[in-house]
Amino acid sequence: MTTPEAVLASPLPVTSVRALANPARRRAQVGWNVLWTGVSGLATLWIALIVVVLLSTIVLGGWRTVTWEFLSQNPAQGLTKGGIFPAIFGTVALVLLMILAVLPVGVLAAVYLHEYARASSPLTRLVRFAVSNLAGVPSIVFGLFGLGFFVQFLGRGMDHALGQGLLFGQPAILWAALTLALLNLPVVIVATEEALRAVPRSAREGALALGATRWQTVRHVVLPQALPGVLTGAILSVSRGAGEVAPILFTGVAYYLPYLPWSPTDQFMELGYHVYVLATQSPDVAKTLPLLYGTVLVLLLLTFALNFTAVIMRSRLRRSMGLGT
Amino acid sequence: MIAFPSKTRAGQRRIDRIAEIAIGLSALATVAGIVLIFVFVFREALPVLVDPATRKTGGLAQLFARGAWQPVSSDPRYSLLPLILGSLKATLVAVVTAVPIAVLAAVYTSEFAPNRLRELIKPVIELLAGIPSVVLGFFALIILATWIQALTGSTVRLNALNAGVALGFAILPVVYSVSEDALRAVPPSYREASLALGASEWQTAFFVTLPAAWAGIFAAVMLGVGRAVGETMIVLMASGNAALVSAPLTDSIRTLSATVAAELAEVVVGSTHYSVLFFIGSLLFFVTFLLNVAAGLMVDRMRQRLAGS
Repeated sequence: MTTPEAVLASPLPVTSVRALANPARRRAQVGWNVLWTGVSGLATLWIALIVVVLLSTIVLGGWRTVTWEFLSQNPAQGLTKGGIFPAIFGTVALVLLMILAVLPVGVLAAVYLHEYARASSPLTRLVRFAVSNLAGVPSIVFGLFGLGFFVQFLGRGMDHALGQGLLFGQPAILWAALTLALLNLPVVIVATEEALRAVPRSAREGALALGATRWQTVRHVVLPQALPGVLTGAILSVSRGAGEVAPILFTGVAYYLPYLPWSPTDQFMELGYHVYVLATQSPDVAKTLPLLYGTVLVLLLLTFALNFTAVIMRSRLRRSMGLGT
Repeated sequence: MIAFPSKTRAGQRRIDRIAEIAIGLSALATVAGIVLIFVFVFREALPVLVDPATRKTGGLAQLFARGAWQPVSSDPRYSLLPLILGSLKATLVAVVTAVPIAVLAAVYTSEFAPNRLRELIKPVIELLAGIPSVVLGFFALIILATWIQALTGSTVRLNALNAGVALGFAILPVVYSVSEDALRAVPPSYREASLALGASEWQTAFFVTLPAAWAGIFAAVMLGVGRAVGETMIVLMASGNAALVSAPLTDSIRTLSATVAAELAEVVVGSTHYSVLFFIGSLLFFVTFLLNVAAGLMVDRMRQRLAGS
């Protein structure tokens, strides 16, 4: 598009040179500079304003509701009273199951991309293509996939093989967690790869020179050094997993449950879905509103606390990378 | 000091082999993931194309014919046009409200902002990116809708404008960060050449840097469109969900994604309605997939060109 030659050939600098010779036009340029810096600065400020308004309305609307009782009790009276404990429990259980599934696969896939594969091999390119496109699949499509693959195909298939009636072939926390795991696979892979990149070459060469095998080098030298980055990816995926609703809609989340999901085949309540339920299915909007604000605040605090930790860990990692090279 | 566990050579070789296989399989899992998504979403949508009973009311001819989306009436109609129109309206509003702001903010961050301010802007935008879409949906439903209604004086509280503006919040961070990456990929020599020739800072930013990063900015917009088309919870909560065919942005809309989310839980597995909803899912998958691939190609080519010159 614009090469240096094109810049040289464009008429613009010539007028500018003339402008430099003419004090009035030079002053005009200063004015234009201020104007456009101001306009683009205002756009940036506008985004900050959106964030501030969003957060302050939620904090102001919710902080009175979030008490220990709210966090520790079950919903009561058709979701117009009581707390959100089952939703918190369900969310934590869901993301723990998810991280168990996504972390090993994501880390090993990143190890493949950065430590084992040749950068230009067709397989590497295919894996990179898959990772970047997996990240772009809409979350509702993950929901459809979870229902079609995990519940209908895998679950029904397992029930058929076991011959003990309906157990796996229905929505359950296990299937929801696996659906979210696939959704978050790119997050873990990208964060881990970044961490692997920060490990100096000399560390690998040293280990290999001492007679360690390739896997020993990865397992005992590279991965321990990349641990902060791996954890960053894990935390980011937990944060994203805690907020996504569309992928779990058909794969296991429940409107209300009188029990907690202790078995992987149980359904579960979840904070994000609870927000949706309180906001749209309430029999008495005015009564539910404080609970709704409270639930949103808890969800937001949870995801922000996780994101904040991840951001700090990542900036530390980047700083150490800067020193290392 | 790193102590390697002592094992026999042969034992270690076996462990290495197993690790290599596990690593290879994990890498393949990503490829398998995207293939399985395609296969299993499309598989459930297949009756729309091949099953005679489904094709009677839910064949391609019916899906893309003028008509209504009335899947649960006694005489079910499955025209997707009202839903496609709904998705287009919401996406259009999101793009119009978010893209100029996001691109200008990216220009400010990469071209004008002092370093210390730049360090502050990024975390704020990451904060916005970290807000779950259901929370944005909540905000649009409870608060934004009231404001927009007061501004426009519309009779309908939940409409295309409301959903679109909230969708804009969701795509702002994507468009911003991809645009900013693109602007930063422009080599400093471009700016230096322009400034040395006497162009002022704003001329350099808008006539040299921005055009050089054009492909990356366009890719950012495409990714934003992909995100807006696929986004579900915001439109489900904030759009009114009425499948109307009308022009005004102050009318309620029902989008493709929200339709799937709202209706799939109640349909009979294997029914026409079920197949059509999976067909909508396949449609969303294809559209976003194409947008992502195209955006990826544009970014790659831009980087190659900038690196080459």
